[in-house]
Amino acid sequence: MNELIYAIELTITGLLIGSMYSLVALGFVLIFKASSVFNFAQGAMTLFAALSVVGLFPIVGFWPALALTIVAMCGVAVFAERVIFRPLIGGAPLVIFMATLGLAFMLEGSAQIIWGTQPYGLDLGIPIEPIIIGGVYISRFDLVAAGVAGLLVLLLVLFFQKTKIGLGLRAVADDHVAAQSMGIQLRRVWAVAWALAGLVALAAGMLWGARIGVHFAMSLIALKALPVLIIGGIESVPGAIVGGLIVGVAEALGEGFVGSMIGGGVQDIMAYLVALLFLLFRPYGLFGEKKIERV
Amino acid sequence: MKKKLFTRNALGALAVGLVAAGSSLVATLSPTWAGESEIFHPMMVTRTGPFASAASGVSSGQQDYFALVNMNGGIDGTKIRWEECDFGYKTPRALECYERYRGDWKIVYPNSTPAIFALAERLNTDEVLGINIAGGRSESSDGETFPFLSPVMLNFWSQAASTIRYIAELEGGEANLAGKKIAFIHIDNAYGRQPFPIFDALAEMYGFEWKSWPLGWPALEQSAAWVEIARRYHADWAIQWNYGQSCNVPMTEMKKVGFPLEKFIGTLWCGSEEDILPAGDLAKGYISANYHGVGKEFPVIQEIIEQVYGAEKGNIEEDRVGTVAYNRGVLTGIIIVEAFRNAIEEYGLPLDGRKVRDGFRMIKLDDARLAELGATGLLPPLAFSPTYHGGIDPQLFQQWDGEKWETISDWIPPYEDVVKSQIEKASAEYRAQTQQQ
Repeated sequence: MNELIYAIELTITGLLIGSMYSLVALGFVLIFKASSVFNFAQGAMTLFAALSVVGLFPIVGFWPALALTIVAMCGVAVFAERVIFRPLIGGAPLVIFMATLGLAFMLEGSAQIIWGTQPYGLDLGIPIEPIIIGGVYISRFDLVAAGVAGLLVLLLVLFFQKTKIGLGLRAVADDHVAAQSMGIQLRRVWAVAWALAGLVALAAGMLWGARIGVHFAMSLIALKALPVLIIGGIESVPGAIVGGLIVGVAEALGEGFVGSMIGGGVQDIMAYLVALLFLLFRPYGLFGEKKIERV
Repeated sequence: MKKKLFTRNALGALAVGLVAAGSSLVATLSPTWAGESEIFHPMMVTRTGPFASAASGVSSGQQDYFALVNMNGGIDGTKIRWEECDFGYKTPRALECYERYRGDWKIVYPNSTPAIFALAERLNTDEVLGINIAGGRSESSDGETFPFLSPVMLNFWSQAASTIRYIAELEGGEANLAGKKIAFIHIDNAYGRQPFPIFDALAEMYGFEWKSWPLGWPALEQSAAWVEIARRYHADWAIQWNYGQSCNVPMTEMKKVGFPLEKFIGTLWCGSEEDILPAGDLAKGYISANYHGVGKEFPVIQEIIEQVYGAEKGNIEEDRVGTVAYNRGVLTGIIIVEAFRNAIEEYGLPLDGRKVRDGFRMIKLDDARLAELGATGLLPPLAFSPTYHGGIDPQLFQQWDGEKWETISDWIPPYEDVVKSQIEKASAEYRAQTQQQ
């Protein structure tokens, strides 16, 4: 195989897988924009959503299962806002972070009680066979997944820039006490942010579920979002996308070229190496807000 | 106002903590007897987390076998009372479980290679046998060097050697291996790297080439590795040494890069229903190794269905009886009960770790004994001794037909000389290291 074709194929593979990393990272961004906190429960939300779809599917059919899961994710959002985060308004970010850790345990535990521990397959009817263009193999499945991720980003950008709630979310992210004093309903904004993060988790859960199956290891996919967020900037939707693509390409090219020279196993290392470079030279990421704090 | 806010925060945090603890707790119940003539047998299990899907079957298979033995009067009147400690396949929690029951252990089976490695020193100090069937430390086949460790059946080196022999059979003999390329895709840890010395030795003997593709845990994203295996390296065969849900990932990736499924063979740890169900139809035709028979047509499993499930005393959903993980549990139960039985016959009650270890070393599961136990075909004949703790055994190969596994080979032995030589070498290195310390 020609090295150039090999490099092109790896780059395309990396870009497509990177778009799926972006999808996972988007959920983190949404919560961070609303509450300036890293949502440790995003992986568990992805798992919970995907398990709910595949668990309900044989009982009620695909579309009702999807609709019920959307309702369930909105329910989780309202529950999280009312029971966990509302009492913590004004609290330190670390306290809210710890609450998201508790939420992750709750969701994983509940998922096991409701759906058991057995893994499921999820067939979305998207063909796996590659398209071959000029000797380059391109996965149809990954193309569709990238398309879905792109569409979601477009919708979210419009939401943040054109809607009242979206603008409210941005204000809350800056300073939720100040936003409240300006008449923004913090409770409503948080509930909407969590519901949106739940829906993004559902989309990510279904696409990742169709690719690797739906099972408890799925929540570990959230780990892939960490370097993406460092590179793109944790409060930026476009940052999540660009960061995901950079991580995907760095992993693929790193594994395909550097890995083959030094014995392999560098895929994950490459993502964190790039993230480390950003931390050194651009610690707020490509699109993150540069904050200057008085200490 | 400040005080009220603090109270609400505290209550909220408490509520979250309580609900979190409650929701992640999976209650495990086990029968108890008040009789004096019983063996208390703590069990390390994985009922929660990413590995619970298959591991729960292994634990329940053992318990169902213990229940069957108890229902038939116990081991010459001595019943087994078990209690679970769920460590969720997390090594620190396995150590915690061990400490919680320290003094009660007679035999330890965590079904986790990392856990058995971490427990090794404590087991040696406490003189309790640690077993990890078809896993653990490969050189612990040497009972003299490792008096309280055992792989019981098929250490990793035997697995690797038997898999190469099977590929050789499919190629029409070892002579046809020359010039072939074998891609080895594996988890990048001690488990995944175990086959290396065997592949090196066999590659030198038979002239094939092999290359490793290590994957960082949890190995759920393997696309770049498969692009290289199929499109640049042009492997003739690929062997996977993944674990848990990373086992099903190659099915999708191979399809994307055009690598043929019939040239792909999985380790026995990628050979349970749970490992490949998520791949759906993509897994149809997939071949993996195994160390025991599959299905529920074995007399011992039929007895469990009739007696244990007939009395509604089963320890798992009945439709999981006869799955690969479940059968692994039943055969583990057979080995543990045989060790208890021999120890009681030799020493009488009460039992302790050393007595059960000696009982384990007396196990002789020949054809007659297997038939007596209703386990003919479930596992091959086995015999242990103070110097040999098992591990040099043949494998079966099985193929997924879309709904169930079908055994498609006879027992395929490893290259025994190669495996023995590696055991001797590694044991000698271990002895030299421990003497230096």
